[in-house]
Formats: sequence, structure tokens, C-alpha cells
Amino acid sequence: MSATTGTHRPCPYGRSAPDARAPGADPGGGGERPQPVRTRPRFAERLRRGGVPYLLLFPALVLELLIHIAPMVIGVVMSFKQLVQQYIRDWGAAPWSGLDNFRVAVDFDAPVGQALLRSFGITCAFTVLAVALNWLLGVTAAILMQDRFRGRGVLRALFLTPYALPVYTAVITWSFMLQHDNGLVNHVLHDQLGLTGSRSFWLVGGNSFVSLVVVSVWRTWPFAFLMLTAALQNIPQDVYEAAQVDGAGVWGRIRHITLPALRPVNQVLVLVLFLWTFNDFNVPYVLFGKSAPEAADLISIHIYQSSFVTWNFGSGSAMSVLLLLFLLVVTAGYLLVTGRGGRREADV
Amino acid sequence: MRRFRKTAAAALTAGLTAVLAAGCGGGTSTNSEGSNDNPKELTYWATNQGSSIQQDKKVLTPELKKFQKRTGIKVKLEVIPWSSLLDRILAATSSGQGPDVLNIGNTWSSSLQKGGGLLRWDRRTLARVGGEKRFTPSAMAATGAKGKPPAAVPLYGLTYGLYYNKKQFKDAGIGQPPRTWDELVADGKKLNKHGHTGIAVEGGNLQENAHHAFILGKQHGADFFDSSGKPTFDRPANVKAVKQYVDLLANDEIAAKGDAEYAQNQSVRDFATGKAGMLLWQAARTSLLAHGMKSGEYGVARVPFQTAHPLGGRRVNTMVGGINIAVFKNTDNHDGALKFVKFMTSVKEQKLLNNAYGGVSPVLKAQQDPPRSPDEAVQREAMAESAAPLPQVPDESQFENLVGTAVKNLFADAAAGKKVTTASVRRELSKAQQQMGK
Repeated sequence: MSATTGTHRPCPYGRSAPDARAPGADPGGGGERPQPVRTRPRFAERLRRGGVPYLLLFPALVLELLIHIAPMVIGVVMSFKQLVQQYIRDWGAAPWSGLDNFRVAVDFDAPVGQALLRSFGITCAFTVLAVALNWLLGVTAAILMQDRFRGRGVLRALFLTPYALPVYTAVITWSFMLQHDNGLVNHVLHDQLGLTGSRSFWLVGGNSFVSLVVVSVWRTWPFAFLMLTAALQNIPQDVYEAAQVDGAGVWGRIRHITLPALRPVNQVLVLVLFLWTFNDFNVPYVLFGKSAPEAADLISIHIYQSSFVTWNFGSGSAMSVLLLLFLLVVTAGYLLVTGRGGRREADV
Repeated sequence: MRRFRKTAAAALTAGLTAVLAAGCGGGTSTNSEGSNDNPKELTYWATNQGSSIQQDKKVLTPELKKFQKRTGIKVKLEVIPWSSLLDRILAATSSGQGPDVLNIGNTWSSSLQKGGGLLRWDRRTLARVGGEKRFTPSAMAATGAKGKPPAAVPLYGLTYGLYYNKKQFKDAGIGQPPRTWDELVADGKKLNKHGHTGIAVEGGNLQENAHHAFILGKQHGADFFDSSGKPTFDRPANVKAVKQYVDLLANDEIAAKGDAEYAQNQSVRDFATGKAGMLLWQAARTSLLAHGMKSGEYGVARVPFQTAHPLGGRRVNTMVGGINIAVFKNTDNHDGALKFVKFMTSVKEQKLLNNAYGGVSPVLKAQQDPPRSPDEAVQREAMAESAAPLPQVPDESQFENLVGTAVKNLFADAAAGKKVTTASVRRELSKAQQQMGK
């Protein structure tokens, strides 16, 4: 709940502006020619008072422009250029190609478009699966850790470890574990437990999708756990006690108290998890290298292949822009739908 | 209204997050040519030639000290792993922020030549390191497109050799190393019967895959590009070549299935530790010794041909492998950089470095001593008689990545038990060719 009330408050400057124009704040009152003399100090005053917040915001705004907006604009501009290897040194010289890059990317009868579409489908499946598992694991662990017990702190710290490790170190360790011949996973599944008839391949072929989901979830679920644990702290204990007095069981309490109370956090959490997972580059790159197996050809790697490996940055940028548009649409749709749902619930 | 603002803010945040992934790269164009503003210092990007980055530093540092003593120029060394070298060069080219001198895989020469980030070695510039006549013609052929000023000069020469485990060969009753691929497969099967793997292949390594596809393609009388530079990946002879290579694992089954995912030189380790009896590799000596193999335990032979006595263009069993040394166009120590290249290609340094890395020097005068190891003898012979440069077309690096990926996928299919047929090979190669774009 606190998350939403927090966002309702951040307009102290906006409110203070009208206050500044209140009659009390009129120092140069009185005089022979009141009108022109009065407006000037008033304007300066207004600027002084009203300008401070903007002055304070200015550095952040410049950095925002530099770090976020400029690369975005450059990326969009690049997508309209035929930026291939001979223009790498001097981007300005690359000829404009209009919508050609986009046309190639969405021509699903041609190999490039086909491959992009396939990669997009795989990424969607991967994202849905990974986000669902992340959330499920996170919420389960957070609820189980809600009550005090011996060793809770240790367990919490342990759960957070994957999130605290550097991506490269963690994922390269997984890639060793997943090796066909000497990997720990095959050693346990095949040699020790005898679950598989022969050693399986985890880094090439169809299983690579499973490997990718497992490693990605292993890395990200602690974040869901952390967020949800924090959110759970805000549910007053007496609500649970009251429910218990009313005869609600464990499931009843989870369904009617915990989950509704987590709703605002979930809204943001699922969105963030979605964006991170959809865009994830590190995990597949470290796990599979430059060319991911077809079953795990995520869109971020695919775009990397289409621009860096084939030296066609225009085409890669066009794909990135399409991806950006898709993510914007999904995000806006998601916020509209969940926002409306939240309001209905609040009205009830 | 408030809700709208909230939504808008969230959407904007989300959009910006997305852009972080989208707007990769970014840089400034630059036209500045080299200068001599910083004559006392050079930055040098070396490739990983030894068994580890540490070993490379150990080999190169004393030489760089020597250079500093002679010229007063301090060389800052960075050894860059192969996996990130091309990306680093691209980033340096597009941003203008790069080293002064750098090593490149010689197969990338024409691609990088077209990129325009490297100094052009016209006749006058070449004269400052002694002229092109100092280098072997085959090595000079791999420094850029024909008829254009080279993008680099040769530094190390490498060719493929067939490494075999002497004891395993003896135990399996194999008298001499195979001369044809049929013999190699037969020998591999004999080794399999004696509890070893016949041959180790690096199935997940795109470059290795592409090199073997190229060499076998030549043996079948084909090329991956036609004379106008258009890709011809799925020509029947190329299909035959790729199938023959993948069949080592797929149908002949003389390579282990696990090799399909090897991309970190595990095949060298497997050979050195006796798990596999044969290995096709460029200058493997230092790596084998680093893995604990003794120099008497392995033999080196020439890579097999299709027939015992191939003729003409089919008499190819290695590519002209090697490393070229290039000067970055934006260098702020132009003269120092040329001095450094001259130093690195001097006869004395050439002997020392190529010996340390197990290669053949591309400098003619450095080749006059008798070979120091059987390895070197085989490599020199191959370089002189049966080596062909990889296609010197601007799209070469794409060829390596795309055909390498196709072969990797086929290896993965074979390892997973799927059948590898002429049709499935052609399909993969067609796909790779279509991705070459316009």
C-alpha cells in the first residue's frame, strides 16, 4: 500500500508555487505607479522561487538526455542508414536507406525475417516461463520466510546470493556444470541417479532452452523474493490475527490478505521482471557464446549477431527499434489493464 | 490525471530500460589521421597465441622492454582473448579510440581493410619495415584484397598439422600416419576399438569449423565465394566438404559426441591427455606441452588429402593461417608504431617469437635455419607447398561466423542423434548463405 501512497506525494514544489504568489509574498507593494513596478520584481521573484527546482533538476536532465535519450535517438537514426562495414569509421557517410532495414526485418518470407520471427517467438516463450517461475518462487519463499524462526536470516542471505554474484562468474560456472562430458549436472543425473539413458547435451540442441530458463530463473528470482519480502513487512500482523479469529486457514489468509496486499508491488515487479528477462543479453551470451543454439536463440543475441557479427549495424538497429516499439506497446497495455483493474478493486 | 501521469512516467521508464538494450553502441565518426603527438608511448593489442594470456605476457614483456631500451618508447601491452577481439576492433574503429598497434587474424585483413580503421601499407610505408619482398608471398597474399595497399603485414605464420599419439597408434597397429581422409577414418576406427576416441574436434568453435570447411572445400575443388565475391556456400562440392567434416562425428563416429560443444580448446586437452588419438590443429606444440604432454609422445604429419596424389588446385591441406600486425589509423605515434612493427618483424624477433608460439615465421630470412622441431618442418612444408589463403573478400569474417555456425548446428544435430544427410547439410549452408544479405 505504501508504494502507491508514496507516489501520491511527490509534488511539494508544484504546490509551493501558487503559495509563493499569495498576497503575503508581495514585497514591493504600494507606490505611485504600482502596475509596471510591481510586475518586474514579481516576475523575478517567481523565477527565483519557481526556478530553483528546475535548476536542481537541470544536471539530472542533462545526464538523462546524454545517457538515455541520445543513444536512443542515435539508434533510431542508425536504423534508417545502410551502416555496413565500410562506413564504420565514418558513420555520417553511410547512405540513407529509408525503410529498407525495417522491410528486411519484417519480411517473414525471407530468411532474415523468418529467423527474427522465430527468435521473437522463442524469446516470448522464454520470458513468460521465466517471469512466471521467478514470481512463483519469489512469492513462495517470501511467504515461507514471513514468520520468525531459527536460521531465517541465514536462509534469506543464502537465497539472495545468486543475485549478489557477478553475472559472468555465476553463469560461466553454470556453463561448466552443464558440459556434456565433465559437467556436474550430467554427473548427478546420469552417473549417480541414472535418470537419463545417456549423457544429455545441455548447451547445444533442444535442451539448451531448458538450461537457459533454469539459469535465468536461478539468477533473477532472488530479486522477486527481495521485493516481495519487503512488501510483506508492510502487512499489519493484526489483520492476520483477525482473520485467524474469523476462522481463515493458511490458504484463506494468503488468498484474501497477502496476495491483495501485494498487488501494487506485483504490478511493478512483474513489469520489471518482464523487461529484464526479455532483454537479457548476459546470461545467454556467457552460456552459449556468439551464436546461440537455435532452441535458445533469444532476441538480444539474435540482434547482436545481426549487427556485430555480420557488421550490419543498420539492420541490427532496425530490429532494436522494432523491439523497442513492441516493449513500449506491451508496457503501456500492461499498465492500462492493471491500472484499471486496480481502480475497480479500490472502488469496491 | 494523476493516473495518467503515473502511467506515462512508468511507460517512459520502461521505454528507457528497453532502449538500454536497443541502443547498443554509439560513437562518433572521426576523420583524424595519425599524428606524432605522443612519441614516447604506444599501446599494443596482442592476440592470445600461447596457452594462456599470462603466458603471452611472459613471452612478450621482455621483448617490449628490449624495444623500449632501444628506442625509448614505452609499449603498453594488452593481450586480448579471441572471443572479444573482433568486437574490440570494431568498437575502436567506430569510436576512433583504439590502440596504436594491434594484431589481427590474417583472415580478417580484407574485412578490416574495408572498414578503413587501419593504416594503409602503401609502398612507401612498407619500405619503412623493409619492403614486401621480406615476407613469404603466401603470407603477403593474406594481408588484404588483391591490388589494394595491404591493411597489415605478416607477423606469425600458422598452418594446420595432423597431430597423433604415437603410443596409441602403435597399440592399434597403425604403422604410419594417414595420408588420405579414408585412411584417417579407418585409423580412427582402429583407435576406437582400442578404447580411445579416434580424433578430437572443436565442434562449437566457429572459426575452426569454418577453416576446415574451407580446406575440405578446396580439396573437393570448390570455393565459398565466386570470382566476383558472391557467396557460393551451398554448391555441391562445399556441401560434400562440410558433410565430410561433420561425418567424423556423425557417420564415421570417430569423434566423441561431446566434442560438439567444445569451444574452449577442450579438444587440445583431450588429445594431450590421451583421450583422443588425433587432432587437427595449428601450431599445437606449446599448448600440448602446457597440458603436460611430452614432446616425444606425439607425432606431426601433414593434413590428409582426398587422394594420395592430388593435383593442381585440389592439392591444398591447410589455409594460410597466421597473425598480421597492423597500425591503427588514428595513432598518435605514427613513427613509433612503424618502428615497433619493424622491430616485431625483424629476423631476430621473428625467430624468437615464432619459436615461442610454435609457428612458422612469414619472414623469409627467419626461415633459413633448419627446423627446430618436426612440427616446424611440417608447417614450413605445408606453407610452401599446399597452403591456400582464405577468401580475401570483405565478407570473409561473416563467412567464418555463418558457415562456422552452420557446422556447429550440424555437429549438435549429430550429437543429439539426428541424422546428418547431404540434404540437411545443404539446408544449413543455404541458410547461412541467405544471411549474407545483399
